[in-house]
Amino acid sequence: MSAQEYAFVVVAVIGSLAALSVVMARNVVHAALFLVIALASVGVTFLLVGAEFVGWTQILIYVGAIVILFLFGLMLTKAPIGRDTLDHQTQNRIVGGIVALLMFLGLASLTLRVWPVGTTVASAPVDGSTGAIGTSLFNDYVLPFEVVSFLLLAALIGAIVLARKDDGSDT
Amino acid sequence: MIRLPLVLVFAAVLFSCGVYGVLARRNAVMVLMAIELMLNAVNLNLVAFSASLKDVTGQVFALFVIAVAAAEVGIGLALVILLFRNRASINVDEVDLLKW
Repeated sequence: MSAQEYAFVVVAVIGSLAALSVVMARNVVHAALFLVIALASVGVTFLLVGAEFVGWTQILIYVGAIVILFLFGLMLTKAPIGRDTLDHQTQNRIVGGIVALLMFLGLASLTLRVWPVGTTVASAPVDGSTGAIGTSLFNDYVLPFEVVSFLLLAALIGAIVLARKDDGSDT
Repeated sequence: MIRLPLVLVFAAVLFSCGVYGVLARRNAVMVLMAIELMLNAVNLNLVAFSASLKDVTGQVFALFVIAVAAAEVGIGLALVILLFRNRASINVDEVDLLKW
């Protein structure tokens, strides 16, 4: 095992525990803060694999923007006390736990059967610099890029229209 | 040098946590957070295979997934806020108007 791989294993264990805490946390604000750790560990994994640009984008967008959005969402939808008990019922926990466990066992066994840990190719650092990504993006994926910009614009307008308070002064 | 299956198993853990969150939690914001976990697992797989195959395409796709996830969270939270304003509750079990 290389030093890089040791670092990855530490980050992956932290990220897995944080992800588990996100879905098990009683307090939703704590869940959002655990989400920061889980998403940051994914970002660090990107950096360790060599995907610099995606790693920093992950940390900027997820940790910087999306979690803040979640915290605003939690703040604006402070449900009355007493409903929290309905959030995480025993019956749902059992069914969800069984399905999630089966899904993990299926995914992990399939992965390890196709790519056994001992014999598989190592993921060497790829050139994930901003230059390489930009070249690929603007040579081969210009149309999807423009479509994504349009999607973001539509989502922006849609979110404003949905969340705006209707005070009757406009149509 | 990180071996590919280790990253894939980490992604499987994240995805399973997301599935559990969507199934077990009834708070709409929690469901959205669990969906984010699943999208991150997908990104992890894309970047891991990109590194393993030495092809930058996977990373470009991961960027697209991040952009779409950002749009999804924005719209999703706007819907949740609208729901809270109309129903004073964000329990997804109570939103069953269209249920058969």
